[in-house]
Amino acid sequence: MDPRRTARTVSDPKVRQVGFFTPAPPERSISDPPRFQDPIQPPSPSPTQVNDHSPSGNSLSPVIIPPAHHHSDNFLRTAIQATSPTKAFSYSAKTVTILPENEDVASSFSPGRKVVSAKSPSSFPGVKASSVPASELTTVSVVNLPPGISEKAGGASVEVQNDRPVSAKTLKEKTSKAERRALQEAQRAAKAAAKAEGTKASSAASKVVTSANTKPSKAAKPSSQKNDGSQVATSEKKGGDRAPEKDRKKDAPHPRMQYDDKSRVEKAKKRAVVKQTEARNRVELFRHLPQYEHGTQLPDLETKFFELDPMHPAVYKVGLQYLSGDIRGGNARCIAMFQAFKEAIKDYSTPPEKTLIRDLTARISSYVSFLIECRPLSISMGNAIKFLKNRIAKLPLALSESEAKSTLMLDIDRFINEKIILSEKVIVKHAVTKIRDGDVLLTYGASSVVEMILLHAHELGKHFRVVVVDSRPKLEGQLLLRRLVRKGLSCTYTHVNAVSCIMQDVTRVFLGASSVLSNGTVYSRVGTACVAMVAHAFRVPVLVCCEAYKFHERVQLDSICFNELGNPDAISKVQGREEINYLDGLVNQENLQLLNLIYDATPSDYVSMVITDYGMIPPTSVPVIVREYRRDHLWS
Amino acid sequence: MWWRSASFILDRQQEQNTSFPPNPESLLLSSPPPSMADSLQNPKPDISAYYQTRAAHHAVVTSDWLAQAQAAVSLQTNDDVSPGSDGRVATTGGGTGGDNKTFSVIDEFNSWRKQPDLAEAVAAIRALAAVIRASQATTMMELEIELKKASDSLKAWDTTSISLTAGCDLFMRYVTRTSALEYEDFKSARYRLIERAEKFGEISCKARRIIAMLSQDFIFDGCTILVHGFSRVVLEVLKTAAQNKKHFRVFCTEGRPDRTGLRLSNELAKLDVPVKLLIDSAVAYTMDEVDMVLVGADGVVESGGIINMMGTYQIALVSHSMNKPVYVAAESYKFARLYPLDQKDMGPALRTIDFGVPIPSKVEVEKSARDYTPPQYLTLLFTDLGVLTPSVVSDELIQLYL
Repeated sequence: MDPRRTARTVSDPKVRQVGFFTPAPPERSISDPPRFQDPIQPPSPSPTQVNDHSPSGNSLSPVIIPPAHHHSDNFLRTAIQATSPTKAFSYSAKTVTILPENEDVASSFSPGRKVVSAKSPSSFPGVKASSVPASELTTVSVVNLPPGISEKAGGASVEVQNDRPVSAKTLKEKTSKAERRALQEAQRAAKAAAKAEGTKASSAASKVVTSANTKPSKAAKPSSQKNDGSQVATSEKKGGDRAPEKDRKKDAPHPRMQYDDKSRVEKAKKRAVVKQTEARNRVELFRHLPQYEHGTQLPDLETKFFELDPMHPAVYKVGLQYLSGDIRGGNARCIAMFQAFKEAIKDYSTPPEKTLIRDLTARISSYVSFLIECRPLSISMGNAIKFLKNRIAKLPLALSESEAKSTLMLDIDRFINEKIILSEKVIVKHAVTKIRDGDVLLTYGASSVVEMILLHAHELGKHFRVVVVDSRPKLEGQLLLRRLVRKGLSCTYTHVNAVSCIMQDVTRVFLGASSVLSNGTVYSRVGTACVAMVAHAFRVPVLVCCEAYKFHERVQLDSICFNELGNPDAISKVQGREEINYLDGLVNQENLQLLNLIYDATPSDYVSMVITDYGMIPPTSVPVIVREYRRDHLWS
Repeated sequence: MWWRSASFILDRQQEQNTSFPPNPESLLLSSPPPSMADSLQNPKPDISAYYQTRAAHHAVVTSDWLAQAQAAVSLQTNDDVSPGSDGRVATTGGGTGGDNKTFSVIDEFNSWRKQPDLAEAVAAIRALAAVIRASQATTMMELEIELKKASDSLKAWDTTSISLTAGCDLFMRYVTRTSALEYEDFKSARYRLIERAEKFGEISCKARRIIAMLSQDFIFDGCTILVHGFSRVVLEVLKTAAQNKKHFRVFCTEGRPDRTGLRLSNELAKLDVPVKLLIDSAVAYTMDEVDMVLVGADGVVESGGIINMMGTYQIALVSHSMNKPVYVAAESYKFARLYPLDQKDMGPALRTIDFGVPIPSKVEVEKSARDYTPPQYLTLLFTDLGVLTPSVVSDELIQLYL
């Protein structure tokens, strides 16, 4: 810890330029461009080594964590809302804790990735032509690094990536061995892939089956993330171990796959049913996330329907609905998925010479991987799938097939009833006690639970006003607003830009959540953190309503590590307004990166209370709920 | 402590001699004394039952407290004989009397409550234990319903008291959530319940001692402790520290309007602890000299914050901004499943305030007797479950209640 702290002389970590936090202090980046990379130095003992290593090792890391601040001065200068020195300091201390692990991952990732991406046009042609023709062009465009950008270092968006060429250069000089090794590996992988391509006769359907059968995706495990990192690290260090390592690797796509890991992405693409074209220009900080472009592949998928014989039509339908965005919201997606699984289980019959427990688990896994391809799983869905798989695994062997199926279907119904519908009711009951006459309640986006709370409080005859805060591009708040106004609530509608103006009148903020993580971090629709922080600054209590099945034992400190990327077109264009076309023709420019994040993470400091089915608890008690009840309710 | 015995007060009343003068404001409250033991309703709607109880316990002698005591004494004489000592004999005697029709939890509660050192919640716990003992129920369900009714009536007797409600709830949890319910034989199950009830009562009684022991590590030689309000736990802590030959100094706030600080300083002076009295508004002025703040609590809520006598919040704010630790001494039966979001988010416990001069009728007076201190301003809680950070309170509560 200590060397890292002392080595850090310059502040303004890179995260803050893209994330929701703060603008960088301008005088630093202008006056001192080469030192600009300092914020993301690896733990290095001496300053000379820092200069050697830091650009190559760390600036490429997919997950850039703001480093420790030895002194809170710098932090204070950059932080917007830091109210007191102690608070600022504690925040920075918190960020420290995850550093070692991440840097490990980062440094092990980056050389390999860098090399592969730089050389891929020459080394991969065969594979690409056969397996992923659609994405070839786009991949190449990502790979070609703009050479001139580093010299300019002017605009804000350029700053984000201005260290890349430098790092590539130093990489060539320094780690040429690693480079060669990675090249070899890549070629080997390409050969193997080509072979596999030939033998498999490239039927997508059979691939799905094999992928599912070889290894069910036990992927939702929280620790597997770390394993990935170390695995990759070892495999890239010792090239000889690579082949057996690869065979052992699970085939089902990891729900939180690192999408900047080339070899994994290639593998996943080969299996993929849904052909996702890659986003044109990835945003540097978010390269590790699945880069999807929605919408275009819908007709493509529809034609494929008959090729995918193991896919149950109900699952297929739900997948398409996820893809098109017809079903959204944590609860709705989870219920839809479970209904589809129920249908699938109903129609399921064990193939000869197979056991129900194992075959059905594999089948469910294949469905899940299909759904992941349509849209990354939400945390609530991950929990629900864990529950279902656990139920399948715990089925007594003596049960006949029909009995087992009916038990499972009952379990699914029970889950939907108890964990979602009933717990919503309990949450409403608790939350309503916090609404008094004359209150002004603010909500952001559209949360089903918050809607129920507001409607129920209105039914109880409480007099209050609602402020619905909304944001582009989804404008979900309008749906909520429509339903509230219909019921006769007095509402105010505004966009998130005005939240600091409207917050003065507000007495309570009710927020929904996609998940609450064990450190109390609320993972929710992007913009929630902003609303919560403004509310905190105005000393308005923030109440987060979240069912306990959405709690997750993972810890997340920022919204970069895990997130979902939406369609970048959604933010570059305004629907229905053709005259706003300032970005037309610029979208394919290499120096333009569009970032449409779906989620963000709200630190627990800004949350006054979490309302859940176990009552009203402080955000610090989320791990208690996870610890006490996960075991009894979900796992047994 | 002897002057808090009911019999003593009754005697004194006859003699018209007050060695411990009753507060002037309490004399203002001379309304026709209703019999507290009979009515479930709070007879004085403008003063919360919470405050009345508090006044009684802290020797702020009010007339209706006297009335209560009188009623209780006339009802059950055997408690007068042995106040504060081994009370279980008394209840078993009362319980085995078996006149179920006339048995009232409130009476029982009041009779327990007269014991000077017994906290309200413990009195309630004892009273509920007596309910089980006196019950003539023949099935477990019946007994549980009876118990529920009793605890409900106790809670209704004083809705503003957090520790009473919490104590009742915890008792119900502790007693009924046991393997006893699986016993086939009702008798043995009932016996088990009584056993558990006794045990719970014992634990609650010992809580204060445990806290005093636990907190000794935090009081170091030469420290200055700021104390607000009169809390028996805090007194016990300081007493134990004094007995352990620790050298420390105590600043007592005056504790307007019920002058609880005066009383505490009196107690401490007897222990030869150097005490300094401050007026309530001098907290920030003296905070420089203070090493730690030690307060009691009326209730510890789910967030880990505390509800305590008015003024605690501002003391916590001052000490937080001056980076002084704030310690809270509270028994675990004060842990309540409440979650106030702000000061107005809880039922106010009202009291009357004497300003010495008549207040014009147009002027409004803030009468609430307590405030809520959010957890971020507290450093540690000394409880009989151990020394806890505020966030662990919720952990404990979840384990107790769910």
